[in-house]
Amino acid sequence: MAYDGESLKVVGTRPIRPDGVDKVIGRANFGADMTMPGMLWGKIKRSPHAHARIKSIKIDKAAALPGVKAVVTAADFPQIPSEEAFVGEGPMNFRDLSYNCMARGKVLYDGHAVAAVAAISPAIAEGAADLIEVEYEVLPHVIDVEEAMKPNAPILHDDLFTQGVDPKPTAPSNVAKRVTFTKGDFAAGWKEAEVTIERRYTSKAVHQGYIEPHACVVAVGNDGQCTIWSSSQGQFMVRAYCAKLLNIDLANIRAMPAEIGGGFGGKTLVYLEPVALALSKKSGRPVKIVMNREEVFRGTGPAAGGVYEVKLGAKKNGRIVAAELVVKLQAGAFPGSPVGPACMCGLAMYDIPHVNIVGYDVVSNRPKVAAYRAPGAPNSTFGTESCMDELARKLNIDPVRLREMNAAKDGTKAAHGPTWTNIGYLQTVETAKNHPHLKVKLGKNQGRGIASGFWFNIGGESSAACHVNEDGSVTIVEGNPDIGGSRASMAMMAAEALGIPYDKVRPVVADTSSVGFSFLTGGSRVTFATGMAVTQAAEKVVVELKKRAAAIWDISPEAVEWKDGKAYPAGPNAGSFEPLSLQEIALKAGRTGGPISAEVSINAQGAGAGWATHICDVEVDRETGYVKILRYTAVQDVGRAIHPSYVEGQIQGGVTQGIGWALNEEYIYDKDGRLENPGYLDYRMPVASDLPMIEAVMVEVPNPRHPFGAKGVGEVPIVPPMAAVANAIADATGIRMRNLPMSPPHLRAALDEQEPPRQAAE
Amino acid sequence: MPRVLITGTAARRFTGGQTEVAVEADTVRRMIAELERRFPGLGHQIDEGMAVAIDGEIFQDAYQTPLSPDSEVVLIPKIGGG
Repeated sequence: MAYDGESLKVVGTRPIRPDGVDKVIGRANFGADMTMPGMLWGKIKRSPHAHARIKSIKIDKAAALPGVKAVVTAADFPQIPSEEAFVGEGPMNFRDLSYNCMARGKVLYDGHAVAAVAAISPAIAEGAADLIEVEYEVLPHVIDVEEAMKPNAPILHDDLFTQGVDPKPTAPSNVAKRVTFTKGDFAAGWKEAEVTIERRYTSKAVHQGYIEPHACVVAVGNDGQCTIWSSSQGQFMVRAYCAKLLNIDLANIRAMPAEIGGGFGGKTLVYLEPVALALSKKSGRPVKIVMNREEVFRGTGPAAGGVYEVKLGAKKNGRIVAAELVVKLQAGAFPGSPVGPACMCGLAMYDIPHVNIVGYDVVSNRPKVAAYRAPGAPNSTFGTESCMDELARKLNIDPVRLREMNAAKDGTKAAHGPTWTNIGYLQTVETAKNHPHLKVKLGKNQGRGIASGFWFNIGGESSAACHVNEDGSVTIVEGNPDIGGSRASMAMMAAEALGIPYDKVRPVVADTSSVGFSFLTGGSRVTFATGMAVTQAAEKVVVELKKRAAAIWDISPEAVEWKDGKAYPAGPNAGSFEPLSLQEIALKAGRTGGPISAEVSINAQGAGAGWATHICDVEVDRETGYVKILRYTAVQDVGRAIHPSYVEGQIQGGVTQGIGWALNEEYIYDKDGRLENPGYLDYRMPVASDLPMIEAVMVEVPNPRHPFGAKGVGEVPIVPPMAAVANAIADATGIRMRNLPMSPPHLRAALDEQEPPRQAAE
Repeated sequence: MPRVLITGTAARRFTGGQTEVAVEADTVRRMIAELERRFPGLGHQIDEGMAVAIDGEIFQDAYQTPLSPDSEVVLIPKIGGG
């Protein structure tokens, strides 16, 4: 059923989130808050080397330390064959995942887990980890993506042969995969172009920066039944990965979702849970493991860094006729960077007749990358949207106008194949063009940048239940951890469908034994897909409520209509009865057939894509290279905003993380391949005082596939900021920063090159 | 008959470089089965790692989705997200 936007009473309002009070007063239970009787503390021993063969691991001294109850190494995990599946946020090879949780044979990055202990206190566990003796044969390592692609580079995996090249290679390589997408004839289009531009851009690996470190408590019972309490983006994902890595039946694992203190894609994998399971199984006691911040940086997946080579060819009037994009993306220690989405997203905003896109998925001695908001799209879009700005300057065309005249519209064929339908990109450009932000005058050393972005958004499998309680209140049960306010949006959609007030609906995020399968919280899918399941469950309840009212009135259910939370006779022929409220019907449920509940499981399709156009004003301090963000406006096609405040919050959060990616964040390695900045003092993320209020402008192009028109909103806002900031810096200084981050030392060096500092007088 | 377009290497390696295939099928399931019959391995590849864009709309793991005779189906890598 589709709901008319004009008649909505709850959807589109801004109520307080159901989990808000608990989180504000510290009562919410996050991963590290759980304790169990007899619980042990786990600690992981990590590699100090970027690349080394493990010659031996001696655990005797650690095991003999009083208070130590178990020590595990890779020998305690089943050998898993190489097998790819799509369980988390992209293709994952279970063998690689197992090796990532516990190194086997070789360590592949600084921080790679090699062993773990469980002891009666954290201090003893830490001391025992220090007593584990690992003998390594240090091997040559490679960190940089292009270095790793060279034929003579140190090879990480002897059984990795480049996919997607012809003929099939006979020698192993760090290039796991080559992908291409073509449209038209790039060479012919390039010849047609009257103005061409070719540029190379780079970005560094950055961490998602969630505040809550990974944490779990795991108990393996004597009968083999396992309980996992952990902070993740999907309890079903945790269950699936743990079952596979430890050969456990899914039904013997109950995964409980803790509250989650940020994920942004980084908690779509497991790191600790399989290790805690092995320790718990060996010790016979529950085991808790909590990472510290250094472990989060060294041992978990950041977003990929990479190289982006862009060619744009245009007519003098600004019409782009040919484009080429080459993406070289870091995968970390195991294959699986988001190179496909990076290739597909970078030029998706434009209608270009001739396009050639090539991508490389490259392993190197870094932690295996994990998803991060719109994985891959921010990378390639930094390149393409910076290059668009350079083209606009070369053509002397306003950058908004250049985007407007080349914008993809309904009917445009994307470079990766699909013909766009129901897209709102041009609306974001036009809204940006007419926004007062563009009329604000800029001062000295100030500049303005424009950039756009695209992200797919997904649907997928979701389950939800709607239970009417005896007093007329309603419980919604769903299977997706609430990262961005989804409890509120679920409750709002249920309230709207039932016609009752929002505060009569209580949403619950349930464990894997208490609700049907739900794919994880990611891909901007929960409000769309799980919201669809919740709405359908509520609608099934409405059908049942009408039947129950009919039973009370002793008329046909077809003669009952539901309006504003009450049953009414459908017309004069149905009889004359006073309306029955949901509460009144609930009270008599036992007499009319028993409890009133409905469950729905769906595979939601048709998630509308996300489109955004951002405007950024900066001021550059030429003395220090510091960039101050003066103003930021983010225009986005949001479908229909279910809870506008949380949509705005997603947009502001994505922009903030993008600004961090643009200006400061980077993984810095020393010559031995050790991470030099695994902490927030040396890894600078933006904080509230660094930023102005980010204005989120919602363009509503409703998604016809969703009952309320919702589209995913959480990812596309991180796509344009890097280029928007770079374009603003170029406007302010005349300097084009093509390598991220544009941190004070890097910008200062570029400013010095532009205008060498005067020598101090002798 | 629905037209299946293959723009990326992931699927094209099964078709010997062919980029467009007409397929007698009225659902995604039947399309996958027919592609597997004609290009062994491609059906499995679609099942495990690909999404289909039908007339511009992306579907993942959706066997029962209907295809019309003039549908344009594009095979693209399966999409995840953060």
